[in-house]
Amino acid sequence: MNTRQRVSAFFVMSLASASCFLYAGKATAADDQYAQAAHVYDTYCVQCHGINRDGKGLNTKDMSVQPRDHSDPKGMADIPDDELHKAIKEGGLSVNKSVLMPAWGNVLTDEEIKEMVVYLRHVCQCGPK
Amino acid sequence: MKLHIFAALSFGLIAAPSVALASNGADILKSQCMSCHATVKPEKAGLDHIWERKGPDLYYAGSKYNKSWLVKWLQDPIRIRPAGEFYRKHVKPGDKEDVVDESTLTPHVKLSKTDAEAVAEALMALTGPVGLVNKGAFKNEKVSMTMGAMFFNKLRGCGACHMAKPGTGGLSGPELYTGGERLQADYIYSYIKDPQKFDPHIWMPTLNLAEPDLQRLTGYILQLSASEGK
Ligand code: HEC
Ligand code: HEC
Ligand code: HEC
Repeated sequence: MNTRQRVSAFFVMSLASASCFLYAGKATAADDQYAQAAHVYDTYCVQCHGINRDGKGLNTKDMSVQPRDHSDPKGMADIPDDELHKAIKEGGLSVNKSVLMPAWGNVLTDEEIKEMVVYLRHVCQCGPK
Repeated sequence: MKLHIFAALSFGLIAAPSVALASNGADILKSQCMSCHATVKPEKAGLDHIWERKGPDLYYAGSKYNKSWLVKWLQDPIRIRPAGEFYRKHVKPGDKEDVVDESTLTPHVKLSKTDAEAVAEALMALTGPVGLVNKGAFKNEKVSMTMGAMFFNKLRGCGACHMAKPGTGGLSGPELYTGGERLQADYIYSYIKDPQKFDPHIWMPTLNLAEPDLQRLTGYILQLSASEGK
């Protein structure tokens, strides 16, 4: 291998690794936008709202009011962002809904609840109001 | 004089075996239990702790359990959390709703009577941080079971996550029909008041309950064991 070959081999390699970084960067950025909120949802909300975010959680068998189906674009589009935020922070009663939706204001920060509302819009595929 | 010597002697006789028992129990905790249970307060109890731990924290066991329950349960561990610990790792979508994935749950280790007594002794010595439990908070006033059940299920929504009788109620939290036998009254009161004080990221939220609610719900749970869940 002469110097020129070596240089060009190095060039190709660094190009490959650079694009690799670029790609990885892009993938995480796209996931990152919702990853944290999805993780919070998995920890706290899945017990009632379900693994598939469809309101069919582990706890629902005997619940007298069924949890909201977060994957339902029609039902979710009817609820404005500030009501979503309030329901999560202060619980169902605060928006004239069931007490079975608890208040998460002592567990989640305002910032986390904001991200959750954005995430819920992503889940229902229905734009913010 | 003679009496003093006698008292000191018999004290020694009683105290010595129980000290030995506790240290034997501490050894068992170290060798058989610490891989799944925290016996000292975790330094960083972030959200990761909830996802990574394999069993409930035991570093405040002495402020939480009734000793007689511990001795009994360690010899014959019957499941408390229907979906194990942590629930999210043991559920799967079912026909109608999510269900417990039984294949991911394993039976708990069983101890002999002697070992159970030794471990219970050692666990009762782990009282946790000062002030974790509000000592004397529960006033032990008589609670009507009908009122208690109404608050537990309808008015405060506890039944969404807990069973007050076998087979009925939520599955993501520990069953509470053996709660009275298992737990100390002041622990129940303190936990309901502020679960995040015990576990900053636990999936039971603080429900902002007023004092009469805390007394009523604690009294109700304490009686559940006696009345086999009404
Ligand atoms: C103990 C069960 C339970 C848990 C846990 C729970 N929810 Fe709910 N949630 C409900 C129920 C029941 C309803 C339906 C209330 C109604 O329609 O009256 C609901 C409704 C909602 C609504 C709709 C509110 C509205 O105005 O209609 C939102 C948004 C929501 N939940 C978000 C969440 C989020 C986010 C989490 C996790 C941080 C969560 N929930 C955890 C039971 C639960
Ligand atoms: C493989 C992991 C594992 C090991 C090892 C283990 N445990 Fe556990 N332990 C658990 C799990 C999971 C639970 C929750 C069981 C339930 O809710 O039914 C539990 C529950 C308990 C409880 C009741 C906790 C509560 O508040 O409900 C006690 C007490 C306990 N374990 C003590 C011990 C002792 C003592 C040992 C050692 C002899 C031990 N465990 C070893 C996983 C483990
Ligand atoms: C959103 C679900 C949820 C709701 C609603 C809920 N809990 Fe809990 N509860 C839990 C979880 C989760 C734990 C702790 C689990 C663990 O340590 O593994 C817990 C723990 C407890 C404990 C301590 C039990 C033990 O063995 O350590 C008591 C007592 C209790 N809850 C009572 C109540 C009461 C009373 C209400 C209603 C005011 C209520 N809970 C509402 C989920 C819930």
